[in-house]
Amino acid sequence: MDSVFSSVARAPEDPILGVTAAYNNDPSPVKVNLGVGAYRTEEGKPLVLDVVRRAEQQLVNDPSRVKEYIPIVGIADFNKLSAKLILGADSPAIQENRVATIQCLSGTGSLRVGAEFLKKHYNQSVIYIPKPTWGNHPKVFNLAGLSVEYYRYYDPATRGLDFQGLLDDLRAAPSGAIVLLHACAHNPTGVDPTPEQWEQIRQLIRSRSLLPFFDSAYQGFASGSLDTDAQSVRTFVADGGECLIAQSYAKNMGLYGERVGALSIVCKSADVASKVESQVKLVVRPMYSSPPIHGASIVATILKSSDMYNDWTVELKGMADRIISMRHQLFETIKAKGTPGDWSHIIKQIGMFTFTGLNQEQVAFMTKDYHIYMTSDGRISMAGLSSKTVPHLADAIHAAVTRLG
Amino acid sequence: MAMSIRNSASRRAMNQISNDFIGLRSMSSWWKSVEPAAKDPILGVTEAFLADHSPDKVNVGVGAYRDDNGKPVVLECVREAERRIAGNAFMEYLPMGGSVKMVEETLKLAYGDDSEFIKDKRVAAVQALSGTGACRLFADFQKRFCPGSQIYIPVPTWSNHHNIWRDAQVPQKTYHYYHPETKGLDFSALMDDVKNAPEGSFFLLHACAHNPTGVDPTEEQWREISQLFKKKRHFAFFDMAYQGFASGDPARDAKSIRIFLEDGHHIGISQSYAKNMGLYGQRVGCLSVLCDNEKQAVAVKSQLQQLGRPMYSNPPLHGAQIVSTILGDQELKSLWLKEVKIMADRIISMRTTLRESLENLGSPLSWEHVTKQIGMFCYSGLTPEQVDRLTREYHIYMTRNGRISMAGVTTGNVGYLANAIHEVTKSA
Repeated sequence: MDSVFSSVARAPEDPILGVTAAYNNDPSPVKVNLGVGAYRTEEGKPLVLDVVRRAEQQLVNDPSRVKEYIPIVGIADFNKLSAKLILGADSPAIQENRVATIQCLSGTGSLRVGAEFLKKHYNQSVIYIPKPTWGNHPKVFNLAGLSVEYYRYYDPATRGLDFQGLLDDLRAAPSGAIVLLHACAHNPTGVDPTPEQWEQIRQLIRSRSLLPFFDSAYQGFASGSLDTDAQSVRTFVADGGECLIAQSYAKNMGLYGERVGALSIVCKSADVASKVESQVKLVVRPMYSSPPIHGASIVATILKSSDMYNDWTVELKGMADRIISMRHQLFETIKAKGTPGDWSHIIKQIGMFTFTGLNQEQVAFMTKDYHIYMTSDGRISMAGLSSKTVPHLADAIHAAVTRLG
Repeated sequence: MAMSIRNSASRRAMNQISNDFIGLRSMSSWWKSVEPAAKDPILGVTEAFLADHSPDKVNVGVGAYRDDNGKPVVLECVREAERRIAGNAFMEYLPMGGSVKMVEETLKLAYGDDSEFIKDKRVAAVQALSGTGACRLFADFQKRFCPGSQIYIPVPTWSNHHNIWRDAQVPQKTYHYYHPETKGLDFSALMDDVKNAPEGSFFLLHACAHNPTGVDPTEEQWREISQLFKKKRHFAFFDMAYQGFASGDPARDAKSIRIFLEDGHHIGISQSYAKNMGLYGQRVGCLSVLCDNEKQAVAVKSQLQQLGRPMYSNPPLHGAQIVSTILGDQELKSLWLKEVKIMADRIISMRTTLRESLENLGSPLSWEHVTKQIGMFCYSGLTPEQVDRLTREYHIYMTRNGRISMAGVTTGNVGYLANAIHEVTKSA
């Protein structure tokens, strides 16, 4: 009997994850992986935070812990603490019980569940996303049944924010449209609005009754400060309006594979928040019934202990600082080589990624001749660099720019 | 470079605009018209149970295993696996298709250790979020690649099956399954439905320990079903959530699947470790689709990954690590098989005790089905009204379809349960 799926064609490799696959297949001893955004130490190794190990041990050593299904919305403590983390412990929205928080599978899961909820219950099904954005964003929203439009964001000429373009495009969006905002450390560009620009964006969004949906994947990772990196979200919530927030603990707690995140829906009233939560459960149940227990238990253990929380902030700042120092080292090295062009965006951009401005041809050249692995849009993960590999990358960039510039 | 507002005049103007937006606070919510959702019929039962303060309360609602003290169990093999993992493993992203090792071991359980299909690399398989996640991925895949198709679902079935295929936007039809008069299988009506379905229809089959009825076809009946499926060129999708849990023997519990494989069907399978490894909250499972050849399996797997990526990017690590640690180690695997048999045996013995207790109470009804049915659930035949009485008067919690989770029955509560059932049914 023939399979009913005989004619299924092979899907293209995911562009980001495909980079790591290619890297793994390369036998060169000088290869560098600047593809996927996972933190690496100065020795180029993945890192499990010390505080995470301690939380893990605590959990394993506790004989009273069981593996029962957790509620559809996840672990209650985890949800409360996650909301506090992004909104601030003194947030009136939390005190007034206006926030529905649901544990989800990292940032991706939070975005997808939020999008499915919007498709079912919101009167607009178009979402505006920045150009460029994380490659998976349009897929998440499309599969949830939302249509995707773009707003201008990155200005290749300045390698910074196209602020006027952003404002014009959002002003032209239909009233009530959903707007995806990167809370900090924009992926892939590393270009963030200033606080003053955020204020203008907020006013425009509120005046057009647009619905903000924040993707917060790097809180604490961008500047090193959890509060600073949450400012954009907090100023929106402070104006009393509604919004959705997708939080991820993949990077800032190094919990990548455990898939830990949270979707928060900030509502006008406690009553509305409670109804909203009940409807989100109906989205989750036919998707995976309830979220995985392990990662969220680790997060809750850390966030509820003031010692562990403090230790976490120190380790987090350590990671952010190392990335910032890699930015400076790369910038200084390129400057010293006299590579043509303005490379100051390397230190102006923030977070895990730098949008180098290199084109596809240059990237392909760097991969072939220098074994540098990065996405074809010119994005490099600074977390994958070390003091040892900065010179090699600088050489590669210099060669690419001078030969193919 | 980017604009920024520097001078104080502009700042004052901004404050003015800001004040205007205080008016925002009085705008109404986007979600004003959102209705409170109905409680999930299964999970709502446990919520109600937890809220009950009676010392006599019994939870025979959700299908999670309990030991004879009514306590949740973490298997010894699982505890040992966790001790080995903690402090050692990195937490990097798994590949989109999940843990390769875990999927390999999982396929062996379903297809057989020496399966030619595994050797020939004909099985497209990805790690999924337990059984729910595997079913949902398959439903999404079915929608995308067989867009005109519909799914035939047995009556009754796990209620979430309907939600899953509905949210995947695959139209549903039902087929006869449970026979209320015999509290067994309505085999001839089932075969009629299979025969009358259009050629090439998709059918959802419970591989063993049917949820909620506990009624399974016999081996002979499975063979007949398989032959008819062949004639009709139907697609068989197996939901196997209880392998090992039904008879205590994983190979025996996979018999239906093995029959279909022998007969040449290209099947799909959802596997879950929630019950048989007690990994409920870890959400570990696997979706597999048997293909014509290796090339096709690669293509199908890549497409399954395309459906998972915009849902959760890649599946969770910890549960998968537990499974591969256990199944990849001879000793731990043997320990697991022992522990699964202990759980299955305890349930079988509770069935016997419950039936005997009811008979000893002089019940006018037949309770033969309690021991004929298999797996975690017993479809008692209680009506919703009788179930409500059990809850109201006796603080006994179960779903209103009369499904009793035998895993919640203990030597400590079986007498109380039998007595209560007898009271509400004796004048039936």
